[in-house]
Amino acid sequence: MRKGSRFGVCVLVVVMAFSLTGRVQAETIRIGINAPLTGDIPKVGEGTKFAAQLWLEDVKKAGGITVGKKKIPVELVLEDNESKAESAVKVATKMITEDGVLVMVGPQASKQAVPAGGIANNYKTPMITPWSTNPDTTKDRPYVFRACFLDPFQGPVLANFITSEFKFTKAAVLYDVASDYPKGLAEFFRQAWEKLHGKGSVVAYESFTTKDTDFSSQLTKIINSGAQVLFTPQYYNEVALIVPQAHQLGWKKPIVGSDSWGSAELVNLCGKDCYGDFFSTHYAAAGAKGATKAFIDRYKAKYGYVPDDVAALTWDAINLAQTAIQNTGGLTGDLKKDRENVRNAMAGIKKFRGITGDMTFSGTGDPSKCAVIVKISDKGEFTFYKSVCP
Amino acid sequence: MVIFLQNLVNALQWGSFYALIALGYSMVYSILMLFNFAHGDIFMVGAYIGFGVSVGLVGLTHSGALAMPNWLILALTILISMFLTSFVGMIVERVGYRPLRNAPRASAAITGLMIGIILETGNLILLGARRVSFPSLIDTATYDVGGVILTNKKIMIVVVSLLLTLALHQFVRRTKWGMAMRAMAFDFVVVPLMGVPVDTVVALTFAIGSALAAAAGILFGIAYPVLDPYMGIVFGWKAFVAAILGGRGSILGATLAGFLLGFTEIFVAMVFPSTLRDLIAYSIILLILTFRPHGFFGEPYSARLRL
Repeated sequence: MRKGSRFGVCVLVVVMAFSLTGRVQAETIRIGINAPLTGDIPKVGEGTKFAAQLWLEDVKKAGGITVGKKKIPVELVLEDNESKAESAVKVATKMITEDGVLVMVGPQASKQAVPAGGIANNYKTPMITPWSTNPDTTKDRPYVFRACFLDPFQGPVLANFITSEFKFTKAAVLYDVASDYPKGLAEFFRQAWEKLHGKGSVVAYESFTTKDTDFSSQLTKIINSGAQVLFTPQYYNEVALIVPQAHQLGWKKPIVGSDSWGSAELVNLCGKDCYGDFFSTHYAAAGAKGATKAFIDRYKAKYGYVPDDVAALTWDAINLAQTAIQNTGGLTGDLKKDRENVRNAMAGIKKFRGITGDMTFSGTGDPSKCAVIVKISDKGEFTFYKSVCP
Repeated sequence: MVIFLQNLVNALQWGSFYALIALGYSMVYSILMLFNFAHGDIFMVGAYIGFGVSVGLVGLTHSGALAMPNWLILALTILISMFLTSFVGMIVERVGYRPLRNAPRASAAITGLMIGIILETGNLILLGARRVSFPSLIDTATYDVGGVILTNKKIMIVVVSLLLTLALHQFVRRTKWGMAMRAMAFDFVVVPLMGVPVDTVVALTFAIGSALAAAAGILFGIAYPVLDPYMGIVFGWKAFVAAILGGRGSILGATLAGFLLGFTEIFVAMVFPSTLRDLIAYSIILLILTFRPHGFFGEPYSARLRL
């Protein structure tokens, strides 16, 4: 009896799935937005939602997306994943099997994007995450894409930036050996730097462990090593200890960091010591130009604050999806086939001009894009300094 | 040579914190044969109280109600915070240790751990997980002495901690209360029969130890201005090591051991890769204890063992 009913449910699900995929879909395109509207990071969810709504406004004004020769209206399916992995999976499954979305944008954080990416890939539905930098999100998943760079990418970016900007040849690294992100990034930076300047050009490669507060011994070593620049891929609270200590020990040269510096808290904790230093990140609002500035101005006018990197990346992700849909040259009406076509079109995008920079895809789902170098100004603002390409 | 001297300066500063905190461990241990494992967290509380007091005083000055020069604010911050934190120490003793004074030592040690957790999480609830930036009360002045870089803060930290140690030494050697403490350390059973008020002396010991921890907390905040609720844990452990290394109840021993610990950590990182710092530093300490199990100035306590 039990087995029978279970079998019945299975049949029902299969039938429903088929009836959905068989539905004629060409009259509206549905795009799923899988966002953390509540939970730990509601601000991220809000940025996602606002950017998506701005985009929808544009599309509505244009009367829909032009695919082939037809204009097709668009509908957003906005769902809350509560910033939880389980909920993100649930939302992804619902969007794909019940709402019949053509493309899913999100989830944002890797914690949710990695499991949800598995669902999207299994259902052969294209997914594009704006913000997840973990390599696993897109790894071996042909249907999953992203709009941001990967963690291992920043090392070479910073090595190139320092080389071209300051013409330095000797660098020092100070990192936390007990934390994955700094440890990995320190290693990537060292490899990139030694590739540029030869073996032994990283003259000091010093470490500490999480919760350490005194770096005087390491910094003394670094200062006396003849290094011209210090790279420290630490979180903002540690940066606020490292940078002042370095200055108090007589370090007067530049200090460079990674996107983990990019918190408004940094300047509160570090104060004037951090002014004038550089770090790499996805985008900088202050000093932006062109399309980026237009987006920031529009967003600010409508919602009252400057959009953060999540909002900008979401904007790019949705526009990538739109480009892919347009590149299919026409929808067949068969959702399954259209999803495959959109995926192929997305994988076929070689170059994309986004507000967070130009992206090039080489078939992996991960863009190769320029990072933004931010300079902390004399007023403690994060200002755009330069964009650096790999 | 310059590198060596520079690290000597670094180690003096780093050792000062260990020394000040180790004194608190050592004093309580000498009297009660008990390790107050909440001591590292009292250091944390002291730093936060110092933060509150200094922000308050700076606010007073800025509002124009009471204009004070920065050095006065700093001095007042240290004194007021030491005073307030000594009450925290006395409360910890009253609530956590006094009811368990005749209980097995292991129970009392566990109490200390629990009080530590209560202080940490209490702070977390009160102020949130956001880290706090200690106000910089004095502007950093940097001096270059033949390639060795000194700052006014570094000098102040070392001088203040040495002065406090000296004051404690004088107190224990020269005053009546200090004599009572020494007597209790010598014999906890007979001395009360001579009319020495046990509870008062124990409370005083906790108060002094906590006040020193508060001073360490403020000096720490000046040198490393990012405070978080868990900052006291590792520090507590390491200062505990210094207290043992110094020998039971020895003020001179705890101070020397605190500085030795600082020197070992700094110089190991100077000579070896910094990843191996704690591994090598604490292996050295282990080796020292193997050959001097009672620490530098401790005596075998067979006659005084009160377990």
